[in-house]
This record gives sequence, C-alpha cells and structure tokens, in this order.
Amino acid sequence: MRDIAIVSFVQSDCVRDAGAQNEVELIMPVLRKALDAAGIQSAQDVDFTCSGSCDYLQGAAFAFVSGVDPLGAVPPIKESHVEMDAAWALYEAVLKITMGQAESALVYGFGKSSPGELPIVLSQQLDPYYMAPLWLDSISTAALQARTMLDNGDITEKDMAEVVARSRKNAKSNPHAQLKGDVSVDELLAEPTYLSPLRKHDCCPVSDGACAMVVATVEKAKEWGKPYAVLKGIDHRIESHNFGARDLTQSPSTQAAAKSAGVANGPVEVAEIYAPFSHQEIILKRALGLGDDTVVNPSGGVLAGNLMMASGLSRIGEVAMRIIRGDIKRGIAHATSGHALQQNLVAVLEEA
Amino acid sequence: MSDQNTEALEPITGIEVPVYLDYNFTAGRATARFLTGVKNGKLLGQRCPSCRNVYIPPRGCCAACGVATEEEVELSNKATVESFTIVHIPIPGNPIKPPYVIANLVPDGANISFLHVLSECKNEDVRIGMRVEALWKDASEWDYAMENIQYFRPIDEPDMEVEEIGRLKDA
Amino acid sequence: MADLAAVVGIGQTKYQTKRKDVSIAGLVREAAFNALTDAGLTWDDIDAVVVGKAPDMFEGGIMPELYLTDALGCNGKPMLRVHTAGSVGGSTAIVAASYVQSGMFKRVLTVTYEKQSESNAMWALSNAQPFSPHLNAGAGGFFAPIIREYMRRTNAPYDVGLKVATKDRLHGARNPLAHLQLPNITMKEVEDSPMLWEPLRFLESCPSSDGACALVISNEELAAQSPKKPAWIRGAAMRSEPTMYAGREQVNPQAGIDCAKDVYKQAGITDPRKDLDCAEIYVPFSWYEPMWLENLGFADVGQGWKLTMEGATSLDEKGDIPWNCSGGVLSSNPIGASGMIRFAEAARQVRGDAGDHQVDGAKLAMGHAYGGGAQFFAMWVVGSEKA
Repeated sequence: MRDIAIVSFVQSDCVRDAGAQNEVELIMPVLRKALDAAGIQSAQDVDFTCSGSCDYLQGAAFAFVSGVDPLGAVPPIKESHVEMDAAWALYEAVLKITMGQAESALVYGFGKSSPGELPIVLSQQLDPYYMAPLWLDSISTAALQARTMLDNGDITEKDMAEVVARSRKNAKSNPHAQLKGDVSVDELLAEPTYLSPLRKHDCCPVSDGACAMVVATVEKAKEWGKPYAVLKGIDHRIESHNFGARDLTQSPSTQAAAKSAGVANGPVEVAEIYAPFSHQEIILKRALGLGDDTVVNPSGGVLAGNLMMASGLSRIGEVAMRIIRGDIKRGIAHATSGHALQQNLVAVLEEA
Repeated sequence: MSDQNTEALEPITGIEVPVYLDYNFTAGRATARFLTGVKNGKLLGQRCPSCRNVYIPPRGCCAACGVATEEEVELSNKATVESFTIVHIPIPGNPIKPPYVIANLVPDGANISFLHVLSECKNEDVRIGMRVEALWKDASEWDYAMENIQYFRPIDEPDMEVEEIGRLKDA
Repeated sequence: MADLAAVVGIGQTKYQTKRKDVSIAGLVREAAFNALTDAGLTWDDIDAVVVGKAPDMFEGGIMPELYLTDALGCNGKPMLRVHTAGSVGGSTAIVAASYVQSGMFKRVLTVTYEKQSESNAMWALSNAQPFSPHLNAGAGGFFAPIIREYMRRTNAPYDVGLKVATKDRLHGARNPLAHLQLPNITMKEVEDSPMLWEPLRFLESCPSSDGACALVISNEELAAQSPKKPAWIRGAAMRSEPTMYAGREQVNPQAGIDCAKDVYKQAGITDPRKDLDCAEIYVPFSWYEPMWLENLGFADVGQGWKLTMEGATSLDEKGDIPWNCSGGVLSSNPIGASGMIRFAEAARQVRGDAGDHQVDGAKLAMGHAYGGGAQFFAMWVVGSEKA
C-alpha cells in the first residue's frame, strides 16, 4: 500500500445516552469539525466517502441510509458502507486510494447503543442455529475468557484492576472520555463482581457518539497545506467463530495483522488498543509484542468510553492526532470486532 | 431404540428461534419538533438556509446541501398530488380497505412531498396536479403521529401545472 | 493506476423460495465452493474474503461475517462485510475487485447472499418505526408513483411493463438456476395477474428468493492460470445520492446517470447500445427496464420504452442489446445477492459460459445494481479482452 496521510480526526464526547438525537444529528457536528480541520467544505471535496455502523444498535434496518443526509451528496458522490466498525471503512478507503481511484476520503463511524441493551443485542452476532438461541451476551463471553486466563495463571485479578486504574487515570486528560478519575487498585478489587470474574469496571461502558476522519494521499495533504500523520501499514485478520476451536487467551489474528502491518519496524511509543474488557488489553498487548516502554491507551481506551462502531477508528484517530501535535513520532492502533476478540485490525502510524 | 422408532423420526431441517430485543426509541430533535407540531394540528416544515427549500417531514438537515435546517415554516393543509398509486394489498396495521389511493403530496409552502392516503374521491379521478386538503381527525384523538390526519380529500381548485409542483419558493 | 483484475471463478446456487436443505453457512459455502471449483482452486488459494448482504434483519443474525468465517475458509485471513442496501451485491464485487486492483492482494473470494425464508423480509423492509412520520406502503408503494410519472412524461403504452415481465421470465426459463421457471408465460397472463400497486401487477414484480452468488477475482498473473477464459474488469463505479431531497429527480436519478458515465469512460464505451453486447440490469419491477434504458444512456430520454417494445432487449426476438438473459431480478431475487448475480452473469456472457442464455460472441457486458430508494448505484463492465 502507499503512504496515506491522516489529515484530521474529530470525535464526539462519549455519553451514556445521547438522548433525542437521531443519526443525522449525531454525525453532523463531528463531520463539520473534521471537514473544517482539513480545510474543506463537504463530501463533495473528497473523492470517496465510507462509513461504518450497525443497524441493530438502533433497531432499524437501513439506519445507515440516513447517515448519508449530512454529507451533502448532491451532486452524487462515490460512497460506500460497511456494517462494521469504521476502522474497516478506513480500510476500504485505503484500498480505493491505493488503487488510484481516489486522492482523498472522508471516513466516519457512528453508533447509538443506548436504545437497546447492547450486550444482549450482540448475542445475536453468534451462530444463529447453535449459539444465538443461548443468548450468550458479549459480557458473558468475555467473562469466560477472563476466567480461563485466571485459572491458567496467565493473569491475576490485580492485573485486571491495574488496567482499569490506568485507564481512568489516563482518561482524565481526555475531554471526550466518559469514565475518568483517580481510583486505586485496592478500591477496585473491593468492588463486587458483576458477571464473575468481571467486575463492572472491567467492562467498557455503553456510549453513544460518532467520529470522523479525513485522509488523503501525501501529495494531496501537502496541496491542502495541512499537517498530517502517515498511515504506514494497516491489516486485519479474523479467527474461527467457534469458541472451542481457538485459544481464547491468545490473539493470533492480532499477531498476524501486527506483523503484516509492520508494527515491529520501529519503536512503538504509543499504542491505542481497542480492549472492551480489562483482561483483553493484556492479551492484545502481548499479541502486539509491546514492551514496557510503550504507553498503552493514553486516551483511557474504550474502558473510558466505547463508541460502538466508531471506537476502532477512534483508536487510529487518537494516535494520528498525537503525531500531528508532535507529542510522538510513531504509534500503533488496534480495532476489534466480534465476541472475545474474534476479528482484529492493526494500523501503524508515523510522523510525516 | 428399535429400528421402527428411528424410521418414524423426521430429520430436523429448521428451528424457530424468536428474537426479542427491547429498544427505547427516540425521535431526534427535528422529528420531535415536527411531531409535536402534528400533535397540535399543525404541519411544520423546516427551511434549508442554503438552498431555501422547505422540507417536510424535516429530518434536521438538508440532504442536498448537508447543512442543518432550523427555520420552521408552518405549512398549509392544502397540498398538490405529485404522483400516486392505487394500492390493492392491505398495509400491515392499517384498517383502510384496498383498493385505495396513496399519493406523494406537496403541501403548499413545501418543496418536497410526503406519502399519505387520499379518500372521498373515485380512484380513477385521481391525477397528477390535483389539489387536495387534509382532513384531521377529532382533536381528542391527536397523538404524535401523521395518523392525526385521517386522509386528504379533493378540493375545488384548478389543477397545478406539473412543472410548478414543489418548485415555488420564497422570492 | 489500478492493477488489472479479472473474474476467474463464478459460483451460484439454485434460487428458490426456501432452501430448507442448507443452513445460511451451507448456502454460502455452496456458492463459494462452486466458484472455487469453477476456477480450479481450493480454499488455500484465497487471500481474503469479502461478504455482502442486505440488512441483517432479513435473517435476524447480526454481522454474519463473524459466523460465516469458518464456512468460507477465512480463518486467519482478512474478512470484510459490505452493506449498501439493495446495491450491495454489486458494491461488494467492486470492493473485492479493489483488493486486487490496489495490488494489495492477489486473489480474493467474494460472496453475497440472502436466505430470506429464515426471517420475514417484508417485515424487515416495512416494520413500523416509532416516530416515523412516513406512511409505509412497501417497496411497491414507493416505486409505483415514480413509474406513473414516467408513464405521464413519455405517454408510453400501458403494456410496456407486461412486455418486460414476459421477456425476463422467458429468458429465465433458459436458465436452470432461475427461481421462476415460467416457459409458457404470456403477456395476457401477466395482465390478468392481480394488481398490486397500480400500475404494477403481481407478475410484474420480483419474487422473494433464497440464494447466494460468489466470485473469485484475481490479478493478471494468476488469471493466466485460470482454466476458463477470465472476464476482465474493464470498469467499475459506485455513486450515491440522498433518498429524499427537495427537487430530487426520481424517475431518472442523477446518481445512476453519473455512475454509468464513469464506468463507460473507464471501459472506453461511447455508445452503450452499440458498444455493449448485452447487459444484466437490476430490474425488480417491470417498468424499470425502460426507465433504466434511458438512465443508462441506451436510449434517449423518453424513448426507452420504444426499445423494449421493438424487442431490442430480447434474446428470443434476437434484439441487438439483450437485457437480463439470465432472467434478471424479475426471475430470482435473493436481495443481498441480486447485484452480484447481475455482475456474475455479465461475466459469464463474456466467458462464453452462459449456457442456453448465452449471447453469441459476447465480448463486452455490463452488470448493474441499485438499492435504497434508487439512490445507491453500483456498476461494472467486463470483457473478454484485457483492454
């Protein structure tokens, strides 16, 4: 793939319930800010637009169609959509740019999880014949995974609490985060379990919101005269859907994607990892081959606020903005989809 | 199990797995304002600040320009038939008996149509450009729904020229 | 610039109302396996998989690419799921092609499907959304008024729709995979069928089908190894516009016009009627044939119905630009797959592989898909030559 410039990224605040806002009202403000930051007017000024969302979160088939309204798609635009986290919408845009059919793209993701009970909704992601009828919600699956790791001696409950404490502390500097503050490991361990062995704080919150990103070829970004971060590598892999067919304590798909995206080609100063559960951050950190000198989730990660269908793109955006601000020179971002980390995407970003 | 028993069993080719999911729907600000207007017996459109077109029902943004619509415009109960079809199959959940006419109607003052039912006319007499007006149900039955309007019925006004339907805007 | 890519394998399932003999995974795997067999390949020869289908609510499972990973041999590989409403079959093929055209992958498998019998597609399409101010009268309720406007503008005779409905089913009778097998259908039979949304009658509307369609797309180097002639992708384009906006031209949508112009330019087509040998065009309701003939530049505005009435689009009448030789959407409609079926059937034509519905000597063919309120368009042109 060719180098892609990430020119702007904007995220809405993670809120528990966006209230009476429809998709259009959720997306419009972030789109406007992302376009403004890139110095362009509307979707007319990019060559391709791609979005990520999931109808079932809102409970309406074709919910994503109304997402086209804020784009100003007259005259008609080149536009596509994935029913996945917007990190995969970015992937589709990367393909378009690499093949030479676009020099710039607008990518956005949005999710209004508050109308439904998200973990129960996600139980229907499972095999419709054998597993979905069991109504195994996404928190239960994660709990099974955490239980396996504890029993193996791979992690301790203290390790999990440390992840949460760090997340809340880091989130203090993130204006968009939903859960932030200083809390000690002991305080966390004193909490009762929610879905054993997970405590409530081991699980990411449910958040409504949207995020948007403008990307372009490096030449185009220079033409616009805007600072940018470079997407050097991006890859994704999926594993078997059958829980019994994989080792839930590891993430080989993350490992393979990381290798292919070139994570190890340089120092990883920052890693934004999409870990909806505390124990998963540990699995992913190991799979990505990260050392102690990497700062993990300086934003607080999704434990501090989880924009379903947009969190993956947010990880990438968080790293990009740190690079653009000059805080770091190189970082990686990760996105996940499905129960217990079934599918994973890794992106490598560097300074221009 | 005896051989007789196994032969009597049919292979299972499917199972019924009902999916019950509860959702708490919200209307979105623009829709909420519109439906509140409807609850009070009014049709409220919203105007795009860029192209000046008036939308009904408003969705919060002008899809052509991609900008938020804020300015509210109260629309007339009179409308013009932009197009229509005669429906011969029942609409799920609607008591009206087929065949009946549903039409794309542009209320005076708006630049886009919405779909509603026509009545008090012969299906064969319905034509593009026909002038109609809303018949609202009794105010005691009003809710946050377009069903507050029972149907639209023809009025005695000359047909509108096709080219003019939905085109008229503020000067 | 984009790398060359070609369709080297095509697999479909028999389309019918209910496939009770396979699960969703089984249905999808059947099409995928057929495509691999057609290409002389195994699962290990595939670098990545792209899945497409219409709304999840049509079967009830959420994000089914997660569940279908194993059935599609995708364990350890990249998986993507595209969703662009009714045009999804086409846009999925285009996204899959971009995997290869970007040079990032050598050979990919793409599958689209719908197993509508497992849920209730009609419900999913029209379930009343709370606070929706819109009267929901089904797809026909949306499209019938637009068709009426077309009839008003063109003064087309009332039986144009009947002719299309008859022609496409006669074509379908040549295709053993088609859902509706009506070899003895006549215009009178169509006219006598119950009226649904005037002017559309029952037999002028598409069926509801279970089915899947798969393609294997590879780069130039690997296409040379293909046992069958590759179908080279000469152009691919997508366009979207909002469903509703003030002043929107609904009869002849701009997004369709722009998308066609783009794909023709890529493929070097200046006169689609002359330059193309045949086309597979998404016509779910009879009158959309004359409307799309105009929208896609095969006929001047207002003249599309004349081509239909002349028999120009009929294989049986030896028309010069047969449309939907496979039977089209009017003969089989697994919604998520229908777009890809059009793209696949176009590829079959230029490979000389279309059996009894083959257009003799077809070298250049077009596939077309649309979705939503005719707002999402996906089109491609395939040819027997690389350029």
